[in-house]
Amino acid sequence: MFSYILRRLLAAIPIALGVSMVCFALVYLAPGDPIQTLLPPDADAETVDRLKRLYGLDRPLPIQYLSWLARVAVGDFGRSIATGRPVAEEIRRSLGNTVLLASVSVLIAFSIAFVMGTIAGRRAGSWIDRIVTGIAVLGVSLPNYWLGIVLVIIFAVELMALPASGMAGERFDPTSWEHLQFLVLPVFTLSMIPVGIIARTTRSAVSEVMNQEFIVTLRANGLPEWRVLRHALKNALPPVLAVMGLQFGTLMGGSILVETVFAWPGSGYLLSKAILTRDIPVLQGTILVLALIFVATNLIVDLFQSTLDPRIRRG
Amino acid sequence: MSTAISDTTPPALAELAGPAQRGYWGTVGYRLRYDPVTLFFITILVLVILAAIFSPWLAPNDPYQESIIRRLKPPGYRGHILGTDELGRDMLSRLLYGGRITLTMGILPVLVATLIGGGLGVIAGFAGGFVNALIMRIMDVFYAFPSVLLAVAISGAMGGGAVNGMIALTLVFIPPLCRVAETATTQVRNLDFVDAARATGAPVRLVLWHHVLGNVLGPVLIYASSLISVGIILASGLSFLGLGVKPPEPDWGLMLNALRQAIYVSPLAAAMPGIAILITSVSMNMASDGLRAAMDVRS
Repeated sequence: MFSYILRRLLAAIPIALGVSMVCFALVYLAPGDPIQTLLPPDADAETVDRLKRLYGLDRPLPIQYLSWLARVAVGDFGRSIATGRPVAEEIRRSLGNTVLLASVSVLIAFSIAFVMGTIAGRRAGSWIDRIVTGIAVLGVSLPNYWLGIVLVIIFAVELMALPASGMAGERFDPTSWEHLQFLVLPVFTLSMIPVGIIARTTRSAVSEVMNQEFIVTLRANGLPEWRVLRHALKNALPPVLAVMGLQFGTLMGGSILVETVFAWPGSGYLLSKAILTRDIPVLQGTILVLALIFVATNLIVDLFQSTLDPRIRRG
Repeated sequence: MSTAISDTTPPALAELAGPAQRGYWGTVGYRLRYDPVTLFFITILVLVILAAIFSPWLAPNDPYQESIIRRLKPPGYRGHILGTDELGRDMLSRLLYGGRITLTMGILPVLVATLIGGGLGVIAGFAGGFVNALIMRIMDVFYAFPSVLLAVAISGAMGGGAVNGMIALTLVFIPPLCRVAETATTQVRNLDFVDAARATGAPVRLVLWHHVLGNVLGPVLIYASSLISVGIILASGLSFLGLGVKPPEPDWGLMLNALRQAIYVSPLAAAMPGIAILITSVSMNMASDGLRAAMDVRS
C-alpha cells in the first residue's frame, strides 16, 4: 500500500509541473507584450527596456519560467494590476468562499442523487427509472448560469424570499440565517450538474450490483429486502464516492459562471473580474491554484478509492 | 466496419447468419426507427439547426434594428412575437440569428477536436511505446484542468472574441477525444485479426484505415456527439462572461448576459435565450444517448 501511495504521489509531480507550465504560458497567449499593459502607449524605448530588465523579461524563457516557479513555490504570485494588492492575498480571501460553496453543493447533490440513483437502479427500466434518468439528463444539459438567473427571477424578484446576490459579511457564520440565506440559490444552482452525474453513476452501480449472484443468495437465504439493499449499497458506494470527490474538484474550478451570476465573492468571481479588467497576474495565479486543487482532489480520490477497493490500483 | 465483415465472410456463411442481414449501419438505422424518444429529440435538433441556417428567411425583423421607444416590450407587442430586448431589437429574430453563432461555436470546436484529438489518439494507440507515452502524458496535463476553467483560462488570456473562444474550446475537447481514441485503438491493435492482417503483409496504411479506423470511429463519434451539448453550454458560457462573441452580434450566451440586467423589467426576456440553449442541449444529449444505444453492437 505504502509503495502504491508513493508511486501515485510521484506520478502527480510531472502533472503539477505541466500545469504550472500551461499557467506560465498563459501570459504569452495574451495579445501584445506583457510590458505594454503596464505602461502608457507613448512610453519611450528606454523605459520599456528598463522595465523589461526589472521584470526579467529580457532573459531566456526557461530561466523566466524557473524563476517564476521559484517565486510561486513560496506563494508569491505577484501583484494585481487592478488593485495593487498581492495576488496571493486576493486568492486566499476568496478561496474559502468557493470551498464553502463547492463542498456544500457536492454534499447536497450527493444526498439527493444517491437516493434518486438507488431507486432508479433497483428497478432499471421501470417508469421511475425513466424519470430519474430524465432528471439526470436535464441536470447535465442545463446551462447552470441560466438556471441561476431564473432562480433569481423567481425567488428574489418575484417572491422576494431570498437575496439575489452577494454575501452577508466577510466572515461566514453557519448558525445564522442572515448568512445562510445567501447560500441557498447558489448551492441549488451549482448542485444541478453533480446531481445529474452522481445519480447516473449510482444508478448504474446499483443496477450492476443488484444483478450479481450474491444478491440472489442473500434473497434465497430469506434476508429482508432492506438488508439485501444494505449489502448492495455497500458494494455500490465506492465508485459513487469517487465521482463525488471528482465533482468537488470540478466545481472548485467550474463555479466561475455561477459565482458571476450571484456575485459570490469566491475565486471564480475573482477570476471573472480579472478577465474583465485584463488583470493577467490574478488570472494566472487563480487558475494555477484552482488547477492544482483539482490535481490534488483527483489524487486523494484515487488513493481513497484504492484503499476501499485494492483491485482498481493502477500500475 | 460493415465492409470489413463482408470482405472476409464467405457468401455462404453470411446467408447462414439469418434472414435479417442489414449490415452495421442498417441495424443502427433499424433500431433508431423504433426508438420514438430518440427520434423526437433528433427531430427537434434538426428543426433548431434548420431554423439557424434559414434565419435570414425566417426572421420577421432585422436582428440589429434598434429602437429607443420599443425597449423590453412584452411578447406580442406590435408584431414582435417574442417581444424586444434591452435595445428594442426583435427577440425572435435575434434568437434565430443567435442560433447560427451559438451552434457554430459549440459544434465547430468538437469537429476540429475530433480530427486532431482522434488522430493523435489513433497514432498514440497504434504506435505504442514512447510515442504513446509522449502524447498521452501531454494530454494528462490538459486533463488536470476542469473544462470550464481551461476554456476560461485560454480565451481569457487571449483576450476573448469568437475565434479565440473556439480555439479555447477545441483545446478543451482534444484531450478527452484523444483518450477515447487511444483506448479504442489499443484494444483493437491487440486483437488477432489485426495481427492476421499484418502477418499477410498488409501495409500499415491499409491496416490503420481498414481494420483500426473502422473499429475506432464508432466510439469516437458517439463520444464526440455527447460533447456537442457541452460545447454549446461552454460557448454560451464564454459569451456570458464576455469572453466569446462581442456585441452587437446576436448570441444566446451574450443575450443572456445583456438581458440579465433587465430581470426586474422583463423577466421573460431574460429567460428566453437560456431556454434556447436548454432545448438544444437536452435534445443533443438525448439524441446522443439514443445513438449510443443503437450503435452498441453487443446489446
